[in-house]
Amino acid sequence: MSFVEYSDHIQEGDVAIIYLGHDSMMPVKVQQGAQTQTRYGAIRHSTDLIGKRYGSKVTCSKGGWVHVLHPTPELWTVTLPHRTQILYTTDIAMITMMLELRPGSVVCESGTGSGSLSHAILRTIAPTGHLHTVEFHQQRAETAAQEFRQHRVDHLVTVRNQDVCKDGFGVTGVADAVFLDIPSPWEAVKHAEAAMKTQGGRLCSFSPCIEQVQRTCEALAHQGFEEISTLEVLLRVHDVRTVSLPLPDFGSLPSESPERTAAVAVKTTTPPREIPGHTGYLTFATRART
Amino acid sequence: MADNGDDDSQYRIKEGDYVVLKRGDIFKAAQIQLKKKVIFEKQWIYLDNAVGHFYRTTFEIGSGGTLHPKKSKELESSTAAKEAGTDNRNIVDDGKSQKLTRDDIEMLKEQGLKGQEIIQQLIDNSSTFKDKTEYAQDKYIKKKKKKYENTVMILKPSCRILAMMYHGREPGKICHLRHDTLAQMLTLANVHAGSKVLVFETCSGLVLGAVMERMGGFGSVIQMYPGGEPLRPGVESFGFPSHFHDMLHEFPICHVNALLAGTLDTKAKDPNTGTASPPLINLEQSILTTGDSQQNKPEVKQQGRSAEEQSMEASSDANRSDDQAKEDREKRKEAKSQERKVKLEEKRKKMAAAAALLEGRNADGLVIASRFHPCPVLLGLLKFLAPSRPFVVYSQHKEPLIECYTKLKEVGGTVSLRLTDTWLRHYQVMPNRTHPLLLMSGGGGYVLSGITVSVDHSKAAGSPQAEEPAPKKLKLTNTEG
Repeated sequence: MSFVEYSDHIQEGDVAIIYLGHDSMMPVKVQQGAQTQTRYGAIRHSTDLIGKRYGSKVTCSKGGWVHVLHPTPELWTVTLPHRTQILYTTDIAMITMMLELRPGSVVCESGTGSGSLSHAILRTIAPTGHLHTVEFHQQRAETAAQEFRQHRVDHLVTVRNQDVCKDGFGVTGVADAVFLDIPSPWEAVKHAEAAMKTQGGRLCSFSPCIEQVQRTCEALAHQGFEEISTLEVLLRVHDVRTVSLPLPDFGSLPSESPERTAAVAVKTTTPPREIPGHTGYLTFATRART
Repeated sequence: MADNGDDDSQYRIKEGDYVVLKRGDIFKAAQIQLKKKVIFEKQWIYLDNAVGHFYRTTFEIGSGGTLHPKKSKELESSTAAKEAGTDNRNIVDDGKSQKLTRDDIEMLKEQGLKGQEIIQQLIDNSSTFKDKTEYAQDKYIKKKKKKYENTVMILKPSCRILAMMYHGREPGKICHLRHDTLAQMLTLANVHAGSKVLVFETCSGLVLGAVMERMGGFGSVIQMYPGGEPLRPGVESFGFPSHFHDMLHEFPICHVNALLAGTLDTKAKDPNTGTASPPLINLEQSILTTGDSQQNKPEVKQQGRSAEEQSMEASSDANRSDDQAKEDREKRKEAKSQERKVKLEEKRKKMAAAAALLEGRNADGLVIASRFHPCPVLLGLLKFLAPSRPFVVYSQHKEPLIECYTKLKEVGGTVSLRLTDTWLRHYQVMPNRTHPLLLMSGGGGYVLSGITVSVDHSKAAGSPQAEEPAPKKLKLTNTEG
């Protein structure tokens, strides 16, 4: 297993995702002799996981069963331990495309946070790209670095524990893309520019409040960034349902037989009762070559 | 800042490059060919002069459609107004505020005035301009710029730009797939370097190109195609380096059943021995239809073709004068059949290579975006995926995906099914004038995503025939117990 390469069988040291049911998943570190408790009973790693194929059905001690899935950045995003607010797949997908990330891209990111976006970036830029990620919170930086080692992607990433607004990204003239998810991104725009290749590159800033967007856009324009564009992308999930619509009784006509269908079944979708209405504004910009 | 000259060359426009032209929010894909006219925004232009310049250079379009690199920011400040009103209480729409007539403007154009100069003239001759508020003045200038400025920027193609271009210009050709939806698909399918991805699309090759871009030449992409030939005009626009094409394979969807049943014979050599296997006969048919670009049903196409051939023969019969012509025709016929044989052999080899990749049934991802009903496509192609691999199906409409969802729940072998769409909203961000854009895209299509799992064998044993009586038996055992 690695987050950037599929493998068929579960091995010791892997992170496997236990799929318990709709929207219910948990990550496990696979270790000889270890056990994981689920609501369907215990899973014994040595016999139930190691050597099994990813995607297999595993019967737990109470007779219930679960599926074991290969980790992906998307599954990690919905199961990872939160140390901060995180970015979710909908925004990540948009960021990845709009920053034009691909194998070989060199990316700067701050802050690292819980590493939700970092894993998605690493997946996309592997095997020849590199991620320089900056996190000013020491413990978070250390935990992220540890996670990258565990997920076997540490050769693709450098974690720096410093303040991006004061000290920048720790690299200059190397980045194809810069991503900012910090409270005052406008203070980091200069450093973002310094980190970028002289031939130019793309920038994205994620901010929940419009005032932050306003200041960031001003800073970007002032710094000579082009193609400044702010957008918002929201996910709508459609729950597939069969609904039964009863037919009113109009009273039977003399010619009709008395048995009539009393309802019509319709396959349709319903929106969830509550949906996330706002995550953040995404501001993109291009830096022309200088 | 550690650049060497060599590294820089890939940032310069070269002859033969595939590029994207941009003005405002309008894009157009083109290839840099010398002395070739390109039409963009109702203007003929020659791209010759762009060669050697850096990408993202803005060019002014001169007379005769030649390009001249625009001096940076030579005009941005000149239109800044000094006077401005505070509100519009005294502005009357009498249709007489512009002193220049349509003829005057045409004359200015003929004199070869630059767009910027025409705009300045319009401002100078507008009696209400200086009474307008600062914001209204800004808006006025922007509007005029859009109309009179003759510039074009040349960009390097990317999935981002091409997806926006297709959605803006020809949404019908890509099944109205909006770029944010495409972004979701690439991410949900975990498309990345080193994997083996199946793609079935009728989006001009945009989706295929997007998948190839994300794989960076590492791994393999197998395009499952309908009809006689894989269609991928959009892939060219990406301008991929040639080694990217080594990872691209193709397999005709009409042979999927044979491949699944194990009856596909990709080794048979000679189609003329009476015992030719059925796939080869099909192959020959599909090659006959190669000339047609549309992907209609092969049988229909072939009928049309043979009718054409018949009429050709009839007309040549009419002037059966000289033997020379007959001989020539004979020769051409032979050359053609030879050519066809070579093509057939090539195609057989390609199919065999793709079949070998598919046979392991261990693909890492599946991406479907087509104008066909997604249900049979999905159920058929899912069989080639390894367990614990993601798949995504796009459809412009929601109902077919509801059906897919229901069928997948019935058949089993998948988890984490989600039917979604995304909502995209753009913002105007300006000092004191920040708000969502007035117009937004109504819909970018729907996506069904999920993950494969190992098929439950106890369930699989209950094959369709056995399923009918099963519930009765169950009930019986229940009452006994």
